[in-house]
Amino acid sequence: MIGKVETLTVESDYKVKLAVFEGPLDLLLYLIKKEEVDIYDIPIERITNQYMEYLTLMQLLNLEVAGEFLVMAATLMYIKSRMLLPVDQQVTDTETEEGEDPRWELIRQLVEYKKFKDAGLQLGRREEQQANIFSRGSAASGIEVDKDVPLAEVSIFDLINAFNDVLKKASAREDFREIMEEKFTVSDKIEEILYTLRDRSEMIFSELFATASSRAEVVVTFLALLELIRLKRLKVLQVEAFGEIRVLKVA
Amino acid sequence: MTLELKKIIEALLFSAERPLAPKEIRTIFAEATDEENPGATEPFRNVREAQIVAALDELKAECELQQHSYQLVEIAGGWRLVTRSECAPWVKKLLDEARPHRLSPPSLETLAIIALRQPISRADIAAIRGVEVDGVIKTLLERDLITIVGKSDAPGRPMLYGTTQKFLEHFGLRDIDDMPKAAELRLQAAALKTAEQKAEEAKAKEAAANTTPEASEANEGQT
Repeated sequence: MIGKVETLTVESDYKVKLAVFEGPLDLLLYLIKKEEVDIYDIPIERITNQYMEYLTLMQLLNLEVAGEFLVMAATLMYIKSRMLLPVDQQVTDTETEEGEDPRWELIRQLVEYKKFKDAGLQLGRREEQQANIFSRGSAASGIEVDKDVPLAEVSIFDLINAFNDVLKKASAREDFREIMEEKFTVSDKIEEILYTLRDRSEMIFSELFATASSRAEVVVTFLALLELIRLKRLKVLQVEAFGEIRVLKVA
Repeated sequence: MTLELKKIIEALLFSAERPLAPKEIRTIFAEATDEENPGATEPFRNVREAQIVAALDELKAECELQQHSYQLVEIAGGWRLVTRSECAPWVKKLLDEARPHRLSPPSLETLAIIALRQPISRADIAAIRGVEVDGVIKTLLERDLITIVGKSDAPGRPMLYGTTQKFLEHFGLRDIDDMPKAAELRLQAAALKTAEQKAEEAKAKEAAANTTPEASEANEGQT
């Protein structure tokens, strides 16, 4: 499936360049939560496969993926290969102690990072409370135009996850359909999405792709969505973790 | 109206556009004069900080008890009068604040790292986050939530970052220890530091043993 994605050519008149500030540890924590696995006992093969799948999707979408994602991919592959060896045949490198679980260093890093991520979330909640409290000078200080508004109420990985589902469904459909030579452009799709939302304020993520007849169209539609989010024309919301994503017009 | 200490402090808080620390209030009492009525300021000239804090506590309790539309909160090392959150819809309208300006999750967690591990270099933040942080650091610097607090002695003398007064105000924090998980994550930092220092000392010893005579001469020339 992955190979097929790579050969797909997206006619892009419109390069979507979206900087992703999340790193490989964020993706791993996301997958650990999604797969409901124990952080202290990560099923390395399953998580590695999923990680690679997401990485491929991010590259397909031309997201500005940091080099650290590739380093982590290599680390995961290395751990996976070491785990495949029986304990007595495992090479002990100089830095790790003999018999140590090859996953340990990664787990330690993930656990520490998660604590800071949680602290960050709690800061976010304080910020929300604080937004309802005003003091003298609030007006005078001016509300600065924020360049750092959250891209979406959902993480980029939630979006990619939803995109992956749609993409899989689209490829299943494609087999039964005669494929017409059609070209889609991101700017056309942007117009189309805005037109669909001309007299509604929101729609469900999957609705966006209801009429998409090919994988190429799904990809272009998704890129159009990302661009509209970046331009602050649309925003996305997810009420419960891993639930349905809603697409809203920004007033 | 005979003025009580509490009333004067209330007037100060009412007029201030920033949190007032008890120490600052004491300085005001020590230095304030009234040319027309020189006697008026005298009774408060030598007010002690403890008396000020007691008055602040009393004021805070009064705000609660009398259900004022404002409350007295401890924030960023001082005290400040702020509106109650129930009044937010109207105050927001008055101040024309259409949209809350919230930070993105990567910015928030980077701030948490800097707050709890300050002073810290970009490389050390990146090591915890597993991804470079240049973009996020730039935003946080522009918003005045963090600042450069010095330079590290590590190779390349990287800049070290710390959080600002505005950071505490933005999140309504009294001080860094008021942060979630502060004790746990700061304690670890201290432990980590001593371990790192030990490792560095060992390295330095090794390096000293290995240096050639020319190199040590050059070093001496520099010092």
